[in-house]
Amino acid sequence: MKLDQAAKSLFLTEFIAAFFLSMRYFFKPKATLNYPHEKNPISPRFRGEHALRRYPNGEERCIACKLCEAICPAQAITIEAGPRRNDGTRRTTRYDIDMVKCIYCGFCQEACPVDAIVEGPNQEFAVETREELYYNKERLLENGARWEREIARNIALDAPYR
Amino acid sequence: MIDGWLLNLLLIIVKSVVLTVVLLVYLAYAIYIDRKVWAAVQLRRGPNVVGPWGLLQSFADMLKFVLKEPVIPDTANKGVFLLAPFVTAMLAVAAWAVIPVNDGWAVADLNVGILYIFAISSLGVYGIIMGGWASNSKYPFLSALRSAAQMVSYEVSIGFVIITVLLCAGSLNLTEIVRAQDSQYGILGWYWLRLLPMFIIFFISALAETNRPPFDLVEAESELVAGFMIEYSATPYMLFMLGEYVAILTMCALLTILFFGGWLPPVNIAPFTLIPGVIWFVLKVTFFFFFFAMVKAFVPRYRYDQLMRLGWKVFLPISLVMVIVVAGILQFAGSAGAN
Repeated sequence: MKLDQAAKSLFLTEFIAAFFLSMRYFFKPKATLNYPHEKNPISPRFRGEHALRRYPNGEERCIACKLCEAICPAQAITIEAGPRRNDGTRRTTRYDIDMVKCIYCGFCQEACPVDAIVEGPNQEFAVETREELYYNKERLLENGARWEREIARNIALDAPYR
Repeated sequence: MIDGWLLNLLLIIVKSVVLTVVLLVYLAYAIYIDRKVWAAVQLRRGPNVVGPWGLLQSFADMLKFVLKEPVIPDTANKGVFLLAPFVTAMLAVAAWAVIPVNDGWAVADLNVGILYIFAISSLGVYGIIMGGWASNSKYPFLSALRSAAQMVSYEVSIGFVIITVLLCAGSLNLTEIVRAQDSQYGILGWYWLRLLPMFIIFFISALAETNRPPFDLVEAESELVAGFMIEYSATPYMLFMLGEYVAILTMCALLTILFFGGWLPPVNIAPFTLIPGVIWFVLKVTFFFFFFAMVKAFVPRYRYDQLMRLGWKVFLPISLVMVIVVAGILQFAGSAGAN
């Protein structure tokens, strides 16, 4: 046993075996994703950056029921409601999300009766100042316009499981 | 008379500058190779953003180091603290003065070249001790002590390995040592085959001598954070790293010269002999550097007592016996093996 061990270490057998093992790994395909150029596929349920959606005719979906504000565990949502100037319907006059407080739990989109507030597939919204992460209604509606196609697709894909 | 002297001086300066510049550019790519090899074994990609395939990464790093602020600790001995990295880098580069990259292409073709390299690489430990001591902090000091013990231990076995090569070659001149390996057998006539155990002992001792993994106890990050380099930043840090990597290249070059036929082509027939010797030299150095990088990737770090045991209880007896065996064979057979 001892002699065996001594011979093994004298002839460096384990090191040679390790060398060939690591050479095999050397030529294996890399596990690293080349991130900005390659991205992982993401689930339709992915909870990323928030967006406020509109109906296809351009009308805002949000009816200012404030369910999302009520359920938000981080209290990141602030809503003020009032009659709209031209037709008197109940709308939000203010819809702010503090993206710094938000924990991306998705309760707001679960609570929403009209699929107005949703968490989209976008996760690349890093900014350089804290102020830029205090989203207002304008910003959220703009997100909705930009991501509408992906959001609609994800909702349709996820619909059978809801 | 004066003219000849001046011309000679100028020639030496030009040669030194060319060698240093080529060495440092090669060094930048050696570091790149090191990182790429390490990454590849771990299934990562390694640097691939700066320049095509990340080829300019080392230059970007250098720029960053130079532009950053060097922080000098309040309690450090400022003079010695700043001198240490310069000593390390200067000594590491100085060793290249005697290395023949081709037949006759050495800045100084000393007839005791191998002794010069041995002396210079032994002095290299001073930079580390100075850095560790002048930092006036616990970990750097421990690391400096370790490095002194480690480098002294492994220099003993390196010394005996070199003696066996000198016995075979019959010269202390590095150019002569390479010429002595020139035979009709090509790669099989080089000393690595005739002195195989010595070749491997030299390689492993070179790893220990240059503080490379698995013998990087000097900067073992799990225990000493970064060893003697903890307090260093910016340009002084870069000079330490530069010194370290140049020392590694020196060891690769020594392996090439002592055991792998320096600038000689592996086979003495037409397509190989037409390639200039300097290319063979660089290829061989790169080959050994690749192994240095691979060892880093697959061998776990030695414990300190294991390191000392390997140096004093394994390598020293083996190399001592080999010196006697080689000397005996040379005495009775008149020459070593093949020729």
